[in-house]
Amino acid sequence: MQWSAPRNDGPSQAAGNTTGNTFIMSDIQYVAPRTLDEAIGAYAAAGSAARILAGGTDLLVQMRSGAVKPGLIVDIKKIGEMTAIEETKDGGFRVGAAVSGMALHDHPRFGKVWPGVLEAINLIGSKQVQGRASAGGNLCNASPAGDSVPALVAAGAVVTVAGPQGRRELKVEEVPAGPGRTNLKPGEIVVAFTLLPRPKGASDAYLRMIPRTEMDIAVVGCGVNLTMKGGVCTDARVGLGAVAPTVLLVEAAAKALIGSKLDEKALEAAARACSAACRPIDDKRGTIVYRTKVAGVLLRRATAIAAKRAQER
Amino acid sequence: MSFSISLIVNGSPCDVELDDPRVTLLDLLRERLQLTGTKKGCDRGQCGACTVIVDGRRINSCLALAVSHDGADLLTIEGVATGDRLHPVQAAFITHDGLQCGFCTPGQIMSAIGLIQEGHAADDPERVREGMSGNLCRCGAYAGITEAVLDATAAMALTDRRRSA
Ligand SMILES: Cc1cc2nc3c(=O)[nH]c(=O)nc-3n(C[C@H](O)[C@H](O)[C@H](O)COP(=O)(O)OP(=O)(O)OC[C@H]3O[C@@H](n4cnc5c(N)ncnc54)[C@H](O)[C@@H]3O)c2cc1C
Ligand code: FES
Ligand code: FES
Repeated sequence: MQWSAPRNDGPSQAAGNTTGNTFIMSDIQYVAPRTLDEAIGAYAAAGSAARILAGGTDLLVQMRSGAVKPGLIVDIKKIGEMTAIEETKDGGFRVGAAVSGMALHDHPRFGKVWPGVLEAINLIGSKQVQGRASAGGNLCNASPAGDSVPALVAAGAVVTVAGPQGRRELKVEEVPAGPGRTNLKPGEIVVAFTLLPRPKGASDAYLRMIPRTEMDIAVVGCGVNLTMKGGVCTDARVGLGAVAPTVLLVEAAAKALIGSKLDEKALEAAARACSAACRPIDDKRGTIVYRTKVAGVLLRRATAIAAKRAQER
Repeated sequence: MSFSISLIVNGSPCDVELDDPRVTLLDLLRERLQLTGTKKGCDRGQCGACTVIVDGRRINSCLALAVSHDGADLLTIEGVATGDRLHPVQAAFITHDGLQCGFCTPGQIMSAIGLIQEGHAADDPERVREGMSGNLCRCGAYAGITEAVLDATAAMALTDRRRSA
């Protein structure tokens, strides 16, 4: 006997509703290629009706609500490169786009070198969501409040993208185009994130403000990545989330920190730069005034954590 | 388009034909395999009632497509006891009244088993609450749930130590 799901717009609601022996065949296709080339081929050929499936924690919810009705699902988790975490000889990392938060958490070294990136990815949803959710999905879903994105922007991660025209590299901040939209070309798939080797005295941190302590969407998210030498900040990058249509790289905040001993004057200038960069929305989670203020507060707190970690490295 | 997948469910191999790739693991378990212990609360990843352990990790079975789990090893609430002997987490939920209506309980227990395996909860109630935050309980049995998880963690660590001694 075949197993049918009732025809509806989302994943089966009550898959037992088969009517006697009549089975309604679905018009939705699924492929799980073993190679990237096959995935790109299938994805590009199906055009705008196709959707990439990584962890599915956004996609399945969107399918169920009817917001997305894919004609083809391309599951990328059977492609080795997509689920691999590689530490290069020089101490850099290459993290496959479909690596789950839990798999990254279990890596013996990643969280030691990039604690801010890891804590951001590990804030996504519950531990059960973490068992599936990926940074690639978080980025490509293009929510302005995606938690991993500000941390990856601060980390200066490079995104490798592959499509019908071959491979190219983008900065993380270049991927989102607006809420729910990316700058990926038709048929392009995010393959991996590359994180450069870090000098001694470098570390990072991510903080988000949410009304609850777990399972909520960021009102503001802030990632700070610092390099400290003899108490002086020699390099910095700041990523801000949920305060504009896309996650922002706040260069003015980084500039205020670089060359300083992270004294009050520098922190105040960096916090102001973060607030000034905000172009937030007013919603039930936070008003414009609130988000703008909190952006500066989080900058200060995340900087303090990153600096402390940098000292210990 | 039809898909055949093979799974191991609670230790037994099982082959399934799917004719729609949208069938979730949750619907497969409940409607096809008659394993109705796994519950459907929200069907969108928010309540944790559908938690199962797949290849050693706890996940929301409502957010997982069955078709993408060919070859996976599933553990559900039906598979945790050994005959009539309850799993230590099950026993601890009873001892500590970690439930009222019981709807969320299979998901809570599977999540707790996952948490204990992950090895980060230890004896810290705050870590347990954080680790269990993906499981909602409408009856508000949280205090008992936290105690049960702490107790089961300790009991399982003791058994492990005895075994390795
Ligand atoms: C209960 C719950 C709580 C959540 N909490 C949070 C939270 O706290 N913070 C947060 O940021 N998010 C949260 N999310 C959203 C979601 O879990 C994250 O965005 C997650 O990172 C998505 O990853 P995924 O692998 O599941 O993506 P999927 O659902 O598989 O994909 C997401 C989108 O990206 C596309 N895509 C995926 N991978 C690629 C790729 N490699 N190349 C091109 N396109 C791709 C897909 O087609 C889809 O459109 C939550 C979701 C749920 C259900
Ligand atoms: S039914 Fe899956 S999380 Fe609620
Ligand atoms: S016991 Fe009723 S929902 Fe938890």
